[in-house]
This record gives sequence, structure tokens and C-alpha cells, in this order.
Amino acid sequence: MNIVVCLKQVPKKDSILRIGSDGKWIDERDISYEMSEADAYALEEALRQKEKHGGEVIVVSLGPERARQSIKEALAKGADRAIHLFDSVFDTATDSAAVARAISAALKDEKYDLILTGLQSDDYGFAQVGLIVAEQLGLPSATIVMEVQPEDSAVRVKRELESGWFQWVRLPMPALLTIQSGINQLRYATLKGIMAAKKKEIREVKAADIGLTSDDLKPGQVIERAYLPEKTKRTEFIEGKPAEAAAKLVEKLRFDARVI
Amino acid sequence: MDYTLTEDQEQLRRLVEEFVARDVKPYWEKLGYEDFPWPLFRQLGDLGLAAIPFPAEYGGGGLDYSSYIVVLEDLSRLGSHLGSVLSVHGLPQLIINHFGTDAQKQKYLPAMARAELLGAFALTEPHAGSDAANINTRAELRGDKYILRGQKIWITHGGEADVYIVMAVTEKGKGAKGVSSFIVEKGTPGLAFGKRERPMGLPHHTREVFFEDCEIPRGNLIGREGDGFKVAMTALDSGRITVAATSIGTAQEAFDHALRYSTERRAFGQAISEFQGIQFMLADMAAAIEAARCVTRKAAWLRDRELPFNAIASMAKLLATDSAMKVTTDAVQIYGGYGTSEDYPVQALMRQAKIGQIVEGTNQIQRMIIARELLKKFKE
Ligand SMILES: Cc1cc2nc3c(=O)[nH]c(=O)nc-3n(C[C@H](O)[C@H](O)[C@H](O)COP(=O)(O)OP(=O)(O)OC[C@H]3O[C@@H](n4cnc5c(N)ncnc54)[C@H](O)[C@@H]3O)c2cc1C
Repeated sequence: MNIVVCLKQVPKKDSILRIGSDGKWIDERDISYEMSEADAYALEEALRQKEKHGGEVIVVSLGPERARQSIKEALAKGADRAIHLFDSVFDTATDSAAVARAISAALKDEKYDLILTGLQSDDYGFAQVGLIVAEQLGLPSATIVMEVQPEDSAVRVKRELESGWFQWVRLPMPALLTIQSGINQLRYATLKGIMAAKKKEIREVKAADIGLTSDDLKPGQVIERAYLPEKTKRTEFIEGKPAEAAAKLVEKLRFDARVI
Repeated sequence: MDYTLTEDQEQLRRLVEEFVARDVKPYWEKLGYEDFPWPLFRQLGDLGLAAIPFPAEYGGGGLDYSSYIVVLEDLSRLGSHLGSVLSVHGLPQLIINHFGTDAQKQKYLPAMARAELLGAFALTEPHAGSDAANINTRAELRGDKYILRGQKIWITHGGEADVYIVMAVTEKGKGAKGVSSFIVEKGTPGLAFGKRERPMGLPHHTREVFFEDCEIPRGNLIGREGDGFKVAMTALDSGRITVAATSIGTAQEAFDHALRYSTERRAFGQAISEFQGIQFMLADMAAAIEAARCVTRKAAWLRDRELPFNAIASMAKLLATDSAMKVTTDAVQIYGGYGTSEDYPVQALMRQAKIGQIVEGTNQIQRMIIARELLKKFKE
């Protein structure tokens, strides 16, 4: 079974974020990056399926040079080879549709049974790229996937619904699944894996290589303004005896402010 | 010499960073520091990190010291516990790899690389620390066995370790030239353990070790009789680079805490980071860490190129552990009263930093080594 995993590199979770000088996105200097969390689970799921059913895991990532680091990490964890969509032409591809167009074009000549993506990225959080890729490649898709069970030419997946409900769906393969975080236990890249990754292929693909021009990558959606959550101040006095007031305060801290 | 990390080193660093955040931190928070962290040690083996600079042929990582110290530094971010474990485990590995027979290597190195066997290095005695050539533990050859009699103290991993490299006197009155080194396995009759010394900030760390007519096969001698002191010093020359790296990790951790805290804590109507008195402290701390890291990397770089590195390794150990002491002490100062509380992280780092100035040759001994090297050419 051959599995493609789409992964995106995003700012590290504990980064101290500042707004960039253009006011449209964060200042990317001085921060470190990591694999988007849900994508890491998608990769892990792919590696586990490969261990059970054989085949190849191919990683696809669109991003600047630094994205190579996350690609290498995926290879160190056990992915077999990678495609890095790396070209200044891709810089304008900031919305889901443009990114999806590039990924679909890059996968045109690949043979795969499954494409896995994270449910959504930790930065934009659109949760769209996977679905649009599926649409463009004419594949069936399922979102918020919690469990993956391939059977012959189909795959059974468990989807997460609202309020603790789940749903099992069966899709013919090839199919695209968007994977929910936390569905498995992530492995580490080991020292041996890191060394082995040096010999694995990272194919750098430019827009022209897959027949795309800057027109194809124009975003249909742009970010007008990025800003940090604006703080508002509100003071509330809690009346009553100290013990009762404390109980009320604890309740507010727990359920309103959600800090305890 | 390149100051940026290679792609592989960066990957290793990230691996360790992830391991520390995901497994090491919760482990300490849940279980504390009283007992040897076996699960973490075994995990180091699974990750391929228990024998980084030793040959792949014997299960090691086959990497250089420049990569090894990157791992040690990041492994020591929450304190020197795990960095010291790896660094001390490395001493017997280095000795067996450097001086051992092929049979000794086959028997111990792969299992130590997998972290199935834990190593220890036993030189210090109650009456011989800095003056290590003055040890009293005796080893007498009787037939095809050596009989060991004596006492060691402050032995890291004592009682826990499976493989001990023990320095003992085979020929009295010859000083350093009468010392030999041996492999002693846990479980050997006559090998006994005393109480824990509970060094500050590292309570699980060390124990007294006793040899009461402890019989070991003659084949457990390392190298030849009389090589023991050279064996021990060879291990410590490299070990010092690892102690330096470990200290830098703890210093960096203390600094990061102090930097952040200084922007959060307010006094006289502003964040304390606005006071020049605090800013100068922060600047000195950052400069000290940077300098220590540079000299430590130079020591590793020289070693990797098989150039003389002894004096630089001693300088690295001296500068890195003194910097760590200063930086961690200043970190406590920046935290004020809270810095002294066990509910805050910096006091523990400060106590561990002190240990760095004492182990693997006190910093006075490092100065002796450096001075000896400097004055060598004036002696005949
Ligand atoms: C946490 C910890 C772990 C350790 N782990 C190990 C281990 O795994 N294996 C092992 O063998 N040992 C270990 N040790 C022992 C350590 O190596 C010794 O404590 C160290 O070498 C100093 O010896 P000492 O304690 O006997 O001090 P001493 O040698 O008694 O020194 C006392 C003081 O005198 C100074 N001094 C001594 N000689 C001179 C001189 N010539 N000039 C100037 N000053 C001098 C010293 O610098 C020191 O300040 C460990 C110690 C600690 C605290």
C-alpha cells in the first residue's frame, strides 16, 4: 500500500509571536518551526499502515527552504522519499485552493492508495487543503479520521462527530483522509533514522516542473490584517461571605476564564 | 570551524528537545529524583543515544564529539541528571572501546549502546580524590583471578550500574605506574554497595562501592598491568568535554527562565527587565554561556580531528562549569525570594551547577592541567 502524506511546517507551538511590519502576518524572524501537529499524526498513521501492509510512504510538502527540516524529520521517522514543492512562485499560494492545486499537480504521476493530511494546520487552520486536493484528483474523502482500516480495495474509517459520537464510513481506494490529532502515539526519529534519512530522496519540484504558472497559484483569498487578541478589561465584584465568594470565584476561574 | 549545526546535528537536537518535553519532563514531575531513572535510560538506548560517539561496529552511533555535545547540552536542559547519566555511562564505554580487547568490546559495548547495561567509573576513594594516583584499593593476581580489596566513594551509578571500571593498585610503591584498571560486573561476589551520598540536586546519583575479596577473572584486566592511571586519565580528558556540555545545558535553562521571568515580574511600576542592573546581569549571563559553548565546541572540534585537545578540554570544563555556577546563581538573584523556593526551577539548577565545578577533576585540578601544558615547553 502506497501512502502519500501532506505535511506543512508551522511556527513552533511555544513561539513568542509578533505581528510583521506589513500587519498581515507574523514576523517570521527568530522563530523556530515544526511539523504541524495533525500532520505528524497523519505521518504516524501512514508509517503504521506501511508496517502492517508494506508499500511506500511519500511525503509532500509545500514550503520555503526551512520546510526541508520537517521533511527530513519525516524521512528520519521512516518515510521513504519526499517531494518538496519549493519555488518562489509558490510564495503567493497562501490560500487552501492554491496550495491544493500545487499538491494535486505534483501528485499527478504518483501511484498511491491513500493520501493522508492533517485535519487542519496549526497556523491558518482552514481544514481545506486535503478536501480540495481530493476534489481536484477526483478522490473520495473523509474528514476528522480517528481510525484507519484498509480492506482489499477499500478503506473503513472511523470519523469523529459532535459530542462523543463516531461514524464508520467505507470508501473505495484510492482515497484521501484528513487525520485527527491524537489518534496514535507519535514515534521519535532515532539516531539511526536520522542517519538513514541522509540517503533518502528529497525531490525539489518547481512550479514549471508540474506545469503551473504564477497565475495558477494566485490566491482567491487574502489576509487583510493579522493582530494579537485584543485585551479588554472588565472588573466584577463577587459579593458574599469569603467562603461563598471563593467558591464562586473558583467556578468563574474554571468555567469562564478556564484558567484552572 | 563552523559554528552552525549541521543538518544532522540540528535533527538530533530536535529529537532530544522533543524527548525532553514529551517524556523526560513528565517523568521527573511524576516520579521525582530519588531513584535512578531506568525508563529514561532505556529510552536513550531505543533512540540510539546511549553510545553516540562509539563505533557503529559495536552498536554505537558512530558520530563525532561535536554531535555528542549537542545532544548532551539539550538533554541537560531540565538539570544535569540525564546529561550526567549519559556522560558517565560514556566513560566505561570509552575505556573499553579504546583499551579493551575485541572480546571485551563484543561482550559489553553493544549491550551498553542498547542501554541494556549501565556503566560506572570507579576511581575516587575516601582518602584520594584529586590525588587520584594515591588510591589504596588493591588488586592481587592469584592464579587466573584478581582479588580486589578496598573502597570507592562518590561513584555515579554505584549500586545501579551493571559494569564498573575499577582502578586498583597492582604494584605498591610505584604511584600512578602501579595502578591497573579492571572490569567488574554487578553480581560478582564481594562487590558491595554502601549508602547513597545524596549530592545536592542529584540524590539518586552516587554510592559507596566496596570490594571485599572480590574475585574477578584475569581477563577483566584492561590493557596491561600499570596502564590503569593512563586509562582513567584518557577517559577523563574526553569526559571533561561532556561535563562542559552538560553544564551549558543547565546554564541555558536557568538563563531562559530568568530572562522570561524578568519581563513578567514587576517592581517600582515596571518590569524588572527594564532596570539596567538586571539587564547587565542578563547580558553577562548570555555572554558567559556563549563563550563557554564556543570553547566547548572547539575542544570537541579538535578531538574530532585527532588534534591535541587536553588543555582546551580542561579550559572548556573550567569555563563552562564556572559560567554555569555564575549564571545559575544570577538566575536565582533575578527571581529574588522566589528563586530560593523549591517550587521554582532555578535553585535546583544552581545546586547542580556547583557539582560541575567538582566532578571529573575539580576546577583547581583543571587549572593545574592547563598550567602544566603551558609550562611544558620550558621543562626538559
Ligand atoms: C556528584 C558527584 C559524582 C561523582 N562521580 C564520581 C564517579 O563516578 N567516579 C569517581 O571516581 N569519582 C566521582 N566523584 C568524585 C569526584 O571526582 C571527586 O569528588 C573530585 O575529584 C574531588 O576529590 P575530593 O572530593 O576527594 O576532593 P579533594 O581532592 O579532597 O579536594 C578538596 C579541595 O582541595 C582542592 N585541591 C586538591 N588538590 C589541590 C591542589 N593540588 N591544588 C589546589 N587545590 C587542590 C580541590 O580542588 C578541592 O577544592 C563524584 C563526585 C560527586 C560530587
